[in-house]
Parts: sequence; C-alpha cells; structure tokens
Amino acid sequence: MMATLTQLLIALVAVIVAPVVGALLQGFDRKVNARMQSRIGPPLLQPVYDVLKLLGKEGVILNRTQVLYAWLHLSFLMLATILMVLGQDMVMIILVVAVSTIALILGGMCVRSPYSRIGSHREIMQMLSYEPILVLLVIGIFLTNGSFMARDIALAGKPLLLTLPLVFIAFLFVTAIKLKKSPFDLATSHHGHQELIKGITIEYAGPYLAILEVAHWYETALVFIVLAAFWATNWFIGILLAIIVFVIEILFDNLSARLTYQWMLSSMWSVGLGLAVTNLIWLYWK
Amino acid sequence: MLGCIDRSPWVVHYNCNSCNGCDIEFLACLTPLYDLERFGVVHVGNPKHADILVVTGSVNHRNARVLKNVYDQMPGPKMVVAMGACSATGGIFADCYNVLGGIEKVIPVDVWIPGCPPKPEAIIDGLVKAVQMWNANPAFQSQGGAARVSLTYRPPAGASQPAAPAAPGIPAQPQQNKEGGPDGRQSS
Repeated sequence: MMATLTQLLIALVAVIVAPVVGALLQGFDRKVNARMQSRIGPPLLQPVYDVLKLLGKEGVILNRTQVLYAWLHLSFLMLATILMVLGQDMVMIILVVAVSTIALILGGMCVRSPYSRIGSHREIMQMLSYEPILVLLVIGIFLTNGSFMARDIALAGKPLLLTLPLVFIAFLFVTAIKLKKSPFDLATSHHGHQELIKGITIEYAGPYLAILEVAHWYETALVFIVLAAFWATNWFIGILLAIIVFVIEILFDNLSARLTYQWMLSSMWSVGLGLAVTNLIWLYWK
Repeated sequence: MLGCIDRSPWVVHYNCNSCNGCDIEFLACLTPLYDLERFGVVHVGNPKHADILVVTGSVNHRNARVLKNVYDQMPGPKMVVAMGACSATGGIFADCYNVLGGIEKVIPVDVWIPGCPPKPEAIIDGLVKAVQMWNANPAFQSQGGAARVSLTYRPPAGASQPAAPAAPGIPAQPQQNKEGGPDGRQSS
C-alpha cells in the first residue's frame, strides 16, 4: 500500500516537474542559440511566456478531432514520462512515445491543409528513421543489464555509455530529430521556415498550439532523462552529459541546413543503424 | 493569461505591393545587429500563429482580398502595423490607376511606422509600441483580456482617413505615431 502511494506521488511530481525542466531547457536552447549568433536572445522563461500567451488567445481549429489528437499526443507523452520516472519497461515506453507521435501525425492529417499533410508525411518518415535505433537501444540495454526495466539501468555497476558507445552516437541523431533540430527539422521546427511554414502544427492556433508546445516540453524532458541515463551510476555526470549533448545539438542546428527526408532516411538507416548494430554485435560476442 | 502577450509577440509579415525595401529592412531587424527576438518577437510565416500583422506596401484591387484573408485568419487579439509610406497612404504609388491607397482601406491599423523605408530603430519602436498598446488599451483591460475582442476600432463604412476617430474610452493612440519625427523615430 505504501509502495503504491509512493509511486503515485513520484508520478505526480514527474508530471509537474517534467514540463518545467522541458521549458527551462528550451529557454536555455534559445538563449544558447542566440549567443552562438552573437545576439542577446530572449529571456530564459520565454517558452513559458509563449505558452501563457497562447492559452489566452482565440482558438482556431478546423475540426474537433484535431483537438482530440492534440490531447492524445500530450497525454501519451505524460504517460511515457511517468513510466520512465517509475523505471518501467523500456519497450513499453518506446511504444507509448510512438503512439503519441502517431496522434500528432493523425492530428496533422485530419485537416485539408497541404502544408499540414506534408509535415505529417515527413513526421512519418522521421518515425521510420529513428524507431529502429530506439529498438536497438533497448536491446542493447537488455544485453548489458539482462533486463528491459528502466530502473535496472541505475542499479547496474557500469555506466551504459561505456558498453553502448556506438548506440549513444546513433541516439544523438534521434535526439536531433526529436528536438526538431537541423538537419532533421523536416516536419516542423522552432524557426519560422518559409518552406513548410510550421508544417504539422500549422492548423493549430491559440490554446491548441499551447497543448502541442507543452507536449514538446515533456518530449524534451524525456529525451533529457534518456540521455542522462547513459551515465545513470552518477546522476551529476549524467545530467552534465545530457547538457553537453544539448549544446552540441544546438551547434549542429546552427551549422547545418535542413535536408531532404530521403537523405535523412538513407543516412539513418545506413550510418545510424550501422553504428547501433555494430555495437550490439560487439556486445553479443564479447 | 494574456498578460504575457507583450512578452511574446509573434509577427507575420505580408508584402502587399511593396518594392521590397521595407521587407529587407524588416528582416534586417531579426539579424544579430538588432535582434528583435530579445523582446520575444518571433517571425512566423503562419497568420494562425501570429499576434501582429506587419504589412508593407500599398493596397490595390488584386491584393485587397488577400490582405483581408490574412487578417481574418489571425486569431484574436491581434494588432496591425503598417510599415512604410506605401502602407500608410499609398506612397509614391498613390496616384496609380490600380492603387486603392493605404492598408486602412481594407483592414484596421493600430500603428503606423512612417519612412521609405523606415529605419530599423523605428520598426523596433513601432512593434514595441504595438505591444504596449495591448496593456494600455482600456477596452482590452475591461474585457479581462477576452480573446475574442478586436482591439482595433474599425471606422464606419465610408470613412477612409487613416486618423480614424477613436471609440469611446479608447484613446486615439494610432494618431500619435503619425506625428513622429521626419525619420520616423518616436520620442520615447
């Protein structure tokens, strides 16, 4: 009984703390981005101001299903965060994140807007690119710890990064896709690209866009947790590692231009998958 | 909630019939030298995500409908900034056979930024003024920041002066911007 209550409490804290972490990370992102372009940049809490403003604005939607999909996207990401914090099955977490992304895709697909549909198509291509690597990551964790449970990562004596270095490099690409960074910001991006405008989120306005923004906070926090889990034996090093990865992602966002989905798919399936599979073969025969 | 609207004004930019001088100047404001993003300004390409519509160039018979459409797609509360001489009066194109004149012939305007093209400082000042009007507007405040309120007073049909009479209780703020210095800079 006590254990259940504790777990409920942890879940509650995770649901509240995760978006705060995600918002701060995005503020940090925009600030570092600005500094890299020798600008001053917006305040650290800018993502919070944006969402508070969006919540007060008039909501414009094309159909009610769109709103349902936005809520599904948010709630499944919340669920994934809870599962992650409670140290549940990694396979399940991947599945839940995939369902949330599918909800986003369906939300973009259920309107008759060409930009929204192209954005959804590209989001599908992105899923196709990174899902195999996520599955191989989980298999790698299983080969290392003998368990699919996320809580066993912290209990293992050795940091995951030392046994899965190549999978970690492949996961950096996944991070870039998940954080909507160049050269992978195909479906939508933080910057107002004129090519696809806002892609998959184009038909959401006001409070409905705020739902997607908050969902992206959860997504950012989730990616951050997974990155930190690569050095789960010491959380300080893990968090430092995750922050370094974030800065590297921002650097690459500034260095590179957006590329085509064909390029993304072929490079992810050759370089990304190649790295991950090599790592797994090495783990298997070790 | 909408107290934060002055901290994150998202701007959509529509080139009505402009010679591109204003557009280049506007985009220059987003560059590291002027850095509009430090005020939370984000240049979005989508009117559905925008709070402020920046229009450059004059209105003619062809693009009046498009401009109206862009304005109508923006969710409220929204602001319109007319940038440059053309969008205020029609500028040097005012006498053309196809030009209707300034954009207030089609949509209500909150802030005029004079100049041909306006200086980047004047553009930033205009955007900041537009943002401040949100908080200073009694109609907005009395509605508790109600989203569906149009903050802009629309002159009755027939009245086409840019200096539209203000609604009761709303100070005629747009007018003061027309009285800026010759270089378009406000005394702020």
